[in-house]
Amino acid sequence: MKKINIYGVLVLVIIAASSFKFAYRYPPKSALKLPGGFQVQVIADSLGAARHLAVTGNGLIYVKLAKLKNGKGIIVLRDLKGDGSAYKKTGFGNYIGTGIYIKDGWLYASSNTDIYRYRLNEKGEVIDTAHAEKIVTGLLDRHEHNSKSIVLDNNGFLYVNVGAYSNACQLQDRAQGSPGISPCPILDSAAGIWQFRTDKDGQTYGDGVHYATGLRNVVGLDWNNDMDQLFVMQHGRDQLFQLDPKLYDAKQGAELPAETMYALRNGDNAGWPYVYYDQFQKKKIVSPEYGGDGRKTGGENAIDPVAAYPGHMAPDGLVFYTGTMFPEKYRHGAFIAFHGSWNRAPEKQKGYFVVFQPFKNGKPDGNWEVFADNFAGSDNISSPGQALHRPCGLAQGPDGALYVSDDAKGTIYRITYDAR
Amino acid sequence: MLGAGVVCGNTWPTPAEATLSGPGPGTAQRGQKIYQQTCLACHQADAGGVPGMTPPLQKSPYVQGPSVKLIGIVLNGLNDGVEIDGESYSNPMPPFGAALKDQEIADVLTYLRNHFGNKAGPINVKQVSQIRLGLKK
Repeated sequence: MKKINIYGVLVLVIIAASSFKFAYRYPPKSALKLPGGFQVQVIADSLGAARHLAVTGNGLIYVKLAKLKNGKGIIVLRDLKGDGSAYKKTGFGNYIGTGIYIKDGWLYASSNTDIYRYRLNEKGEVIDTAHAEKIVTGLLDRHEHNSKSIVLDNNGFLYVNVGAYSNACQLQDRAQGSPGISPCPILDSAAGIWQFRTDKDGQTYGDGVHYATGLRNVVGLDWNNDMDQLFVMQHGRDQLFQLDPKLYDAKQGAELPAETMYALRNGDNAGWPYVYYDQFQKKKIVSPEYGGDGRKTGGENAIDPVAAYPGHMAPDGLVFYTGTMFPEKYRHGAFIAFHGSWNRAPEKQKGYFVVFQPFKNGKPDGNWEVFADNFAGSDNISSPGQALHRPCGLAQGPDGALYVSDDAKGTIYRITYDAR
Repeated sequence: MLGAGVVCGNTWPTPAEATLSGPGPGTAQRGQKIYQQTCLACHQADAGGVPGMTPPLQKSPYVQGPSVKLIGIVLNGLNDGVEIDGESYSNPMPPFGAALKDQEIADVLTYLRNHFGNKAGPINVKQVSQIRLGLKK
């Protein structure tokens, strides 16, 4: 009798353990809300700070981590059965970072200071994970806005963001009443995009081209092949209300300034820190630290954004959809991963979703719409730590599936379309 | 520099109403109000901070740690790239020595040391004043 009881308990424990494992590995499919006809699979989770990701032509998925997982900074996911039902996970690279990109048989990955590349074989595998070519080194990392996002064009050049180590280039960063420094000294080596060659080792600032300036912090960026042009998403400045409560109320501080999409050309200036973009007035407004009053316009030499979005939602991922799996309306348009806000407090936070921005002839055309929602698990997020998941990176698979990474828990989603 | 009172519409009691030795009547309410008006924008309503950017103040080794260091951070700010439980935080904290009075700093720190899962002794205005004077030497 005693024996039977023990076996009974054992069986129960095994059932409990296996069902727990199942539930853990495959969260309910209803977690994300998508338009009709779209499905989502969770293909990996618990990777930790999964920032950007890239997919090879054979469907191998590379994920860059901002925190090492079992000593690895890059995770490789291999679809074992070809149907997305089971993935094998391996890793390499002992550095943290955000940027990862695949082009013409090479994998590119960034730390917060350097950019590496690895040769891929015909199966899309890294041939020698222990030896990377360090093609760029010595980019600035002063904690704030230190992630380096990367993308390549079709002519052998790589583009990297170096974020401003400041909110608004004040003498004392984020301190009420502290004036803006003029000219802003940060602009010489940060707050911009730099262009480097892909095939040369050990490049530093002096070897690259200072491609664009006046960009406070860019995390999401992609190359648009229709326009043969770099598109970037800027994180607008924080704390208009907290730093200037005489000029801005809490609601204005939550809504302003816009998060902005820019189409860049060599030599462009987007205006930070002297101006910000007000999506309601549809104008570049002089920053209060530089004598602005909320209405005075400025930045005559700075470019306008091609699209604007509500403040502080933190656009961390951008990808142009070039596949054919999704319906016609999505083709040539942009998906944007909004990581989710913190600087809308005491108002409710916003973002934590993937947006679709329609495009026509290489330009945003029509209003953006929420595409994948409910990463946070709730509509009522007052603090970003409450969000279950935060979308960060976006990539398109060879079959046209859209991959999304979450850097709160390290979940990787695969979104597909099937009208049936 | 603008005072915190400009941000908030200053209605809290004067320092004379609180005792020097410990949390006087109303300390928690005053501390909570200062938290909401001065700290919440970055450290968030639940003191959970912002992952990767602003450190949480829940069960915080900094909040519950030595008062000298804690008071110094509020007065002087912090730009060292804080790491707590293996997570690093990138955004700097500006100094609040000019925006907050000694009593306000004592109130908000006393409030924090008894909320959001923190358990540590109160901080009084004298402790803040001593450190502020020490900074000026």
